[in-house]
Amino acid sequence: MRVQSEDFDLGAEITRLRAGNAKIGAVASFIGLVRDLNDGDAVASMTLEHYPGMTERSIEAIIHSAKARWNIYDVLVIHRVGRLLPCDQIVLVIVTSAHRGDAFAACEFLMDYLKTRAPFWKKEELPGSARWVDARQSDDAAAARWEKPAT
Amino acid sequence: MRIRLLYFARLREALGTNSEDADLPDGVKDVAGLTEWLGARGGAWTTELAAGRAYRVAINQEMANAETRLSEGAEVAIFPPVTGG
Repeated sequence: MRVQSEDFDLGAEITRLRAGNAKIGAVASFIGLVRDLNDGDAVASMTLEHYPGMTERSIEAIIHSAKARWNIYDVLVIHRVGRLLPCDQIVLVIVTSAHRGDAFAACEFLMDYLKTRAPFWKKEELPGSARWVDARQSDDAAAARWEKPAT
Repeated sequence: MRIRLLYFARLREALGTNSEDADLPDGVKDVAGLTEWLGARGGAWTTELAAGRAYRVAINQEMANAETRLSEGAEVAIFPPVTGG
């Protein structure tokens, strides 16, 4: 797990994560990118803020939950902070497992929980103004899908 | 009781500060009491921490709720709902 301002290289990270492990039969990954449009407005740049300490702890906890829930080997999460431009990479999730089902599901779970539980905040700079991005109910709904039914 | 307060993102800008050390009155013992006490400062404190406004509170880097108790020396963060990913 890394929180960093630097960019990342998907290929290099996958190579490192699966090196020498012949039990891995599946690798699923997700990359989130900065778009040049949000809510109908042109976005010139975006600045990501985090809560040093709590952000890392919460990502570790989300990874721990994924490993407890699915049959997976390794997880890598990289989340960038600071100022980013359209087309820049924001977040990377990689999951390795024996079979694709666990890798796909864990990867989606990790992203849904990162978006709703890890302390990051986006501020969009538009031409001539700036605004903090509001949390979306659709993200809460996506995360809620993974809540286990009461037993 | 003395605590460390941290503010992030939109709240940090609206309140005009990113952190402070606060000596709480004796009656302030939980998150609800803290936000009520801060909200009584007037101005942006009152509007941002009013009932129905969307904000979250973490104590010692764990999410808290209105009933969560405060403790001496605690790091208490107040921030908007998260928007990463």
